[in-house]
Amino acid sequence: MNKLTAHELIENIKNNNAASIQVVEAIEKRVKDIDAKIKGYVRTPASELSYSGDIKPPACPAGRQSHKATLKGIPISIKDNICTDGFNTECCSKILEGFKPPYDATVIRKLKEAGALVLSLKTNMDEFAFGSSTENSFFGPTHNPWDLECVPGGSSGGSAAVVASDEAIAALGSDTGGSIRQPASFCGVVGLKPTYGRVSRYGLIAFASSLDQIGPITKDTRDSALLMNVISGYDPNDSTSVDIETPDYTKALDKDIKGLKIGIPKEYFVEGIEPEVKEVIREAIKKLEGLGSITKEVSLPHTEYAVPVYYIIATAEASSNLARFDAVQYGYRAASFTNLIDMYKKSRGEGFGQEAKRRIILGTFVLSHGYYDAYYLRALKVRTLIKEDFDKVFGEFDCVVTPTSPSPAFKIGEKIEDPLKMYLSDIYTISANLAGIPAISIPCGFTKKGLPVGLQILAKPFAEETLFRVANAYEQNTEWHKMKPKI
Amino acid sequence: MAIDKKTVEYVAHLARIELQTQELEKLSRQLEDILSFIDKLKKQDITNIAPTSHILPIHNVLREDIPRESLSVEKALKNAPKRQGNFFTVPKIIE
Repeated sequence: MNKLTAHELIENIKNNNAASIQVVEAIEKRVKDIDAKIKGYVRTPASELSYSGDIKPPACPAGRQSHKATLKGIPISIKDNICTDGFNTECCSKILEGFKPPYDATVIRKLKEAGALVLSLKTNMDEFAFGSSTENSFFGPTHNPWDLECVPGGSSGGSAAVVASDEAIAALGSDTGGSIRQPASFCGVVGLKPTYGRVSRYGLIAFASSLDQIGPITKDTRDSALLMNVISGYDPNDSTSVDIETPDYTKALDKDIKGLKIGIPKEYFVEGIEPEVKEVIREAIKKLEGLGSITKEVSLPHTEYAVPVYYIIATAEASSNLARFDAVQYGYRAASFTNLIDMYKKSRGEGFGQEAKRRIILGTFVLSHGYYDAYYLRALKVRTLIKEDFDKVFGEFDCVVTPTSPSPAFKIGEKIEDPLKMYLSDIYTISANLAGIPAISIPCGFTKKGLPVGLQILAKPFAEETLFRVANAYEQNTEWHKMKPKI
Repeated sequence: MAIDKKTVEYVAHLARIELQTQELEKLSRQLEDILSFIDKLKKQDITNIAPTSHILPIHNVLREDIPRESLSVEKALKNAPKRQGNFFTVPKIIE
């Protein structure tokens, strides 16, 4: 049962409450059998697996859209940076050791209202979502189910790995610069970053507030649409969530793509991309053409600036957001110190890992007196240019298709000592966050060594339906999403 | 842009992070690499370009000042590293 998708399970569970217990048991068994190798979940053992949510979900207050129990009995795995009432949520950081949130994130509340079972075991991630490989976790790295010596991508590497290895039915991740899409690509699953403002960030432990979005990591596109139906929508607790109606995304799935205009940005196929990845992506584009879409080369001329702009804006916002970890209200406090300032400095010095310190210090630097204009303000201006590149293309095209990552999964340890090299692995995913647009990664083939390659589709703000339409059309005519790692 | 150890130490202090000597060495080197990479932004002409700090138009969200249910004191204090009664405990800050 653990091998099924959510939409397949829904049929099984419909009138059979026992079935959802069996699913949780099947997942528990799978975790016990293989998670010692994958380490997709943290704070195991699986014997302690429990869930919150009710097999018979309570009726929702009148007028609320998620009234329908569309995910009744479906277990969902949650990244360690999304607050789950009573279940540890530590962002895989020592500084949040033992933290049990006193409330549910809005997405968790919505999942429960839709009847989903929220698992107590949380998925592994780079500390505070700082990374592209899940190696920066306080709990140690997750292993890619397709090759245990490789990283699963990151920062939502745990979520992608447990979905790929059938240790989960579906999962939630978060994406600030590619943290859902790049691991989805590395693990051969479907990962969606929604439009900024589409999904409430309330209860997501903030990394970079102008870029962060929560999104689903699933075995196929239909599940992604199902989860989006539940988690999307305005939330008074997140002033950046947008008050527009959530469509029924599953309705977009069955539309064909005849006549759809797809832009292929030339800047994504130049230096840095591995030839094998390029080849697989070219094949995928041919497939989309074969399905009736019209493709044409386009230009996003400021693409080369996306990574430097991102590492200024994201670290600046992170340095401010992570100021809250002061060893007073929650989290780790150093054992000895001389005064209040010393308590802050020692607790943060001991509690944060290397990458977190690097980013907080970089972010503090670019915001500091004398450097603000040269770095932060300049980055905000170039961000405008990156956004305008997309506005122009979407004036003429329905979507843009690119590789999700310039390479397949790399080896554990390969880039961890060279932060800059690691940052560059996000080169194709970062722009979507800077421009606030939605983007999805779907499996589209394998390298000769058997590592998955992901195809990224991007569309204009709030056009997730276009993404689902293209992704599902491709999926219906290929078998890549059905491939499973041998583990 | 060069960033020396002294600057890193100062910025770490602003960020309230204590660094060990070895960490300081390594971080200074890495930050220098990252900053020189970031410097490629200087190539881009930004005259008359407005900054984008948020992708959506952001405005203040106000609500009526009506009391409503919030976290209980017990729940709010549950994760405190140190507490006394209904308070968070911190080192003495007034002489």
